[in-house]
Amino acid sequence: MQHRDEIRFILNGRDVALKDVGASQTLLDFLRLDRRLTGTKEGCAEGDCGACTVLVGRLHDGTLEYEPINACIRFLASLDGCHVVTVEYLSGPDGALHPVQHAMVAHHGSQCGFCTPGFVMSLYALWMEIPQPTERQIETAVQGNLCRCTGYEPIIKAALAVNQYGSPAADHLNTERSAVTARLRALRDTRRVVTGPADNRAILPADVDDLAAVLTEHPGATIIAGATDVGLWVTKFLRPISPAVFVGHLDGLKSITLTDDALEIGAGVTYSESQDMLSTAFPHLVNYWDRIAGWQVRNMGTIGGNVANGSPIGDTPPVLIALNAEVTLRRGDATRTLPLQDFFIDYGKQDREAGDFVLGLRVPRPRPGQLDAAYKISKRRDEDISSVAVGISVEVADGIITDCRIAFGGMAATPKRGAQAEAALRGQPWGAAAFEAAAAALSQDFSPLTDWRASKEYRMTSARNLLRRFFLEHDAATTHPVQLATA
Amino acid sequence: MKDNLTITGGVHTDRQHDSAIKHVTGRAEYCDDIPELAGTLHAYLGVSDVAHARIIGMDLSAVEAAPGVIGVLTADDIPGANDISPTGLNDEPVFPTDKIEFHGQPLFAVVAETRDAARRAAELAVVEYETRPHALDPIAAQNASYPHVTAPLKLERGDVAPALAAAAHRIKGRITVGGQDHMYLEGQIAFAVPGEDDDLVVHCSTQHPSEAQHMVAHVMGIPSNAVTVNVRRMGGGFGGKESQMNLFCAVAAIAARKWNRAVKIRPDRDQDMTATGKRHDFVIDYDVAFDDAGRIQAVDGVFAARCGFSSDLSGPVTDRALFHADNAYFYPNARLVSHPMKTNTVSNTAFRGFGGPQGVIAAERMIEEIAYATDQDPLDVRKANFYGGEGRNLTPYHQEVSDNIMGRLMDELESTSEYRARRKAIEEFNATSPIIKKGIALTPVKFGISFTATWYNQAGALIHVYNDGSIHLNHGGTEMGQGLNTKVSQVVADAFQVDFERIKITKTTTEKVPNTSATAASSGTDLNGMAALNAAEQIKARLVDFAAAHWNVGKEQVTFLANEVHIGDERLPFDAFIKQAYLARVHLSAAGFYKTPDIHWDRAAGKGRPFYYYAYGAACSEVSVDTLTGEYRVERTDILHDVGRSLNPALDRGQVEGAFIQGMGWLTTEELWWDDAGRLRTHAPSTYKIPLASDRPRIFNVKLADWSENREMTIKRSKAVGEPPFMLGISVLEALSMAVASVADYRTCPRLDTPATPERVLMAVERLRAEG
Repeated sequence: MQHRDEIRFILNGRDVALKDVGASQTLLDFLRLDRRLTGTKEGCAEGDCGACTVLVGRLHDGTLEYEPINACIRFLASLDGCHVVTVEYLSGPDGALHPVQHAMVAHHGSQCGFCTPGFVMSLYALWMEIPQPTERQIETAVQGNLCRCTGYEPIIKAALAVNQYGSPAADHLNTERSAVTARLRALRDTRRVVTGPADNRAILPADVDDLAAVLTEHPGATIIAGATDVGLWVTKFLRPISPAVFVGHLDGLKSITLTDDALEIGAGVTYSESQDMLSTAFPHLVNYWDRIAGWQVRNMGTIGGNVANGSPIGDTPPVLIALNAEVTLRRGDATRTLPLQDFFIDYGKQDREAGDFVLGLRVPRPRPGQLDAAYKISKRRDEDISSVAVGISVEVADGIITDCRIAFGGMAATPKRGAQAEAALRGQPWGAAAFEAAAAALSQDFSPLTDWRASKEYRMTSARNLLRRFFLEHDAATTHPVQLATA
Repeated sequence: MKDNLTITGGVHTDRQHDSAIKHVTGRAEYCDDIPELAGTLHAYLGVSDVAHARIIGMDLSAVEAAPGVIGVLTADDIPGANDISPTGLNDEPVFPTDKIEFHGQPLFAVVAETRDAARRAAELAVVEYETRPHALDPIAAQNASYPHVTAPLKLERGDVAPALAAAAHRIKGRITVGGQDHMYLEGQIAFAVPGEDDDLVVHCSTQHPSEAQHMVAHVMGIPSNAVTVNVRRMGGGFGGKESQMNLFCAVAAIAARKWNRAVKIRPDRDQDMTATGKRHDFVIDYDVAFDDAGRIQAVDGVFAARCGFSSDLSGPVTDRALFHADNAYFYPNARLVSHPMKTNTVSNTAFRGFGGPQGVIAAERMIEEIAYATDQDPLDVRKANFYGGEGRNLTPYHQEVSDNIMGRLMDELESTSEYRARRKAIEEFNATSPIIKKGIALTPVKFGISFTATWYNQAGALIHVYNDGSIHLNHGGTEMGQGLNTKVSQVVADAFQVDFERIKITKTTTEKVPNTSATAASSGTDLNGMAALNAAEQIKARLVDFAAAHWNVGKEQVTFLANEVHIGDERLPFDAFIKQAYLARVHLSAAGFYKTPDIHWDRAAGKGRPFYYYAYGAACSEVSVDTLTGEYRVERTDILHDVGRSLNPALDRGQVEGAFIQGMGWLTTEELWWDDAGRLRTHAPSTYKIPLASDRPRIFNVKLADWSENREMTIKRSKAVGEPPFMLGISVLEALSMAVASVADYRTCPRLDTPATPERVLMAVERLRAEG
């Protein structure tokens, strides 16, 4: 079949078809420079401030879903088949303020106003999903939005009050839902999209088999799922990414299945999309998941990408390794599966050859008697990269620790298990002594580095203390709080 | 006198920000949103990758040859002076010619057809240099015998040495106080448009358009009358756009003239944070003597600051640190000395509080030391040392504290926050909770209002009343989110007794009001509100004269009331009256002016009345700390703050809340971290962590002291609000300190340095446990 050479999407009310979309072209620059939609702001160009927040609607299992994302690190080519909604589209044809805008004005939610359109968009998405949110839900929804003026109090008050100014049912994104759904369906076809100049090529495979074919043709291509890291290669480091193969649109990578044995996660499943099933299968990850980046990034970033990226400070590898996850890779028609812990070889080096792509992950459900925890320490509680992260799984039978897996991030060049610490626990009676021995053994497992996030001393001290926390948290004799309350 | 019964947006009302609707709809125009003229070029800075070196040569041929590049700018292209020092010390080149003095220092600019092309090309320079040893912090600088960047200040009162020697107790200590990046959401930007003759119009995001104007003129070698600087609004300033825009304005202007095309320059966030100055870090050595009751007898304080490679505003910043080293406390004998140290870092600059917060931190640390040494509640030590009472009202700079309301504020907050009961409950909690520890602290703020550079305390305004009755308002202040334009419009609405909507707020431009001061030092409303009132009163006086003559009534029978003018028994709508005045050839435009009275300062003698008045406040914060990881959260904060008689309680409250959170961020998670090579590694929001919504106190009770009224004749008896509440954030630091102290049964002052990141908190816990 002939490749398609244009990207097609809906921008606010209008269909857009663009030829020659370079792989590195961002949505934000397109909005601001090409379309002069200047309500969307650039604050950081790295997905950390939220001033560029827009909504992206896409069909997910046939249902149109809108999510806030960071336009600054979102590549334009990845919007094929989507509906992009900017702040300019909120007030509707009559120009009247949208309920979110109304609430923000009434509660003095803006001062300098530069972050405001981004907050409005995040709160808009929240209100459509949860018309009357709790304060905690609001805080979680705006983890990816920085405000330097207000101290946030009036913004939270505005968010609590939005529903007084109108109901989501009357919102035009809802009233136009079926029409937009039909238009998006019409934009889609089963063709591969190839666009952009030769030195900045963007390729959107037609399906997973086509992805395998594309990567066979271009084994050195940059694979882009959520772009939450690759986006920064472009915006901050000006690195070339061509040819870039986009995979975020592939339904074949988006399946997530919970069986009696395991949670199976397609490589294209975002943090947000995995949240519900993950919480069911692994309740200890609920709070941890909320601390991965901000909402916009959770809506873009994928677990598969987090793994494939191989960063020693990625949030998911430590907890997935502790849960004994396996990763499946595909090249051409061949697939292979390996324990996730073996995927990480060294700093910047994974067991992924050119042409390989991550197909998915399989995370076994906890066994009876298995105690699990996931801890993250960062300078700022939310939307920060970890100083130290750890996943801990300990199996206890008859008061004896029969098996355990302890995997740390931020302590070595890769996400890595603490073999000596685990050995200190295995076969020991459940008790403080075993965990003290494990804490002491960490210095044989790890020699962490000092950087701007934490010193090596802090990393080691807090890592040891996280083992102590795990013990206290799971020990029946503990009567005092061992962690800060989260709500 | 009916004040505001029927007009909208009168004084002392909760008028929403004038741009609120534009903010929420995305229609508020910031500098980067201004439509670019045809042919607009884009400049980008090329920067150094060493901290200290002699430049041997710069090869820019690859830069010039890069796609889309029009040309490069170096020091050789500067038509006038290669200097943008805001204080005239001539120590800050646009581009250096012989030496590199910090990592990330701009060395040249490249100008290209697009910003992307310019960014890419800027990476291609080859700079040959001979590196030299560098000193990054004030102590390293002192050890390396680096000079002061500007003259130090000494404040002295009483006889310190004998008082220190004679006192019952004496403690010496050191606190290291971190700096802070402004992290305004809108970064630096300038857009220069060349005109005929030498004319240049520069749109930029600045708190100080007059300085940008003067600096462009200086760099271009042209008179100020050829340069116009415009700013409608900033996306945040916080002091970071008081002098730091100079570089960008200069580069845009030079390029615009050189190629005769409009030129825009906007650094990315990384370059914005590495190439522009921040809040000064300080290392403060204190020597404090006190009696058995904890009353301070003498203080000897030495304040060494990381100023960076040039003076910028470090002189007045380090001065203000000393002015606030007493916070709200009387020091019978005091000697306070500043060391504004040159360092191989970016030149530090103004930031909300302007050195004052660093001074206040020192005072509060000494209070803490005394509290632990005398086994008292720090609140009692604070109260024992407040200004007030016979012979206890003179500051170290010999200004009398005559408007003191600290005692009442503190008593009220102590009561409403239930401080005593909660402190007791916390002590009990801590006794039974080995991992999670709590702390609480109630801290005061007293902040001096006025520029210490006395001549800065002046302002101008321009009001036109058009013959349809609409009013055009302009003044020298700039809008950065604080609501200055809203407040000044309220003043004008009140003066003319017309609805707020009748007044058009216009962009700040050097064409309308000349020789303005920076919108800084919390002075915006005090100065510009008075200047605008003065302009309004001039026009009103002419209108009254006209009405009295035209209707043949006494002047006292002419009043402006609720969109009408009452003349004897006649009542005219405001616009109809203005039409009549116009037809009668009344001058309906006026330039207003104001200068703060009664202030004076003799820096050499260290004596005077630098401040017109003081603003006061108090905050009580409670925290929980996880002593396994050092993580913490703020459980509750209660604030009672003094803004005099508020012009706009809603906006003032916004300032108080925002300042508190920003102050808390400074002292907790915002960490500037340089590597050994002198490279700042926390240079974007991914690495530099300002507070999020989830970091704000779980319970947040903020109240303005509605009984307060400025004793001085300020605008409607209000008080400045921008900076003072920033220091309320110190209550969080002190509460964290108490939680840490609990692990050693409150026997030892934890001496937490700032920012008190989870790491610093955990390390302090470990240290105290080891000692304990």
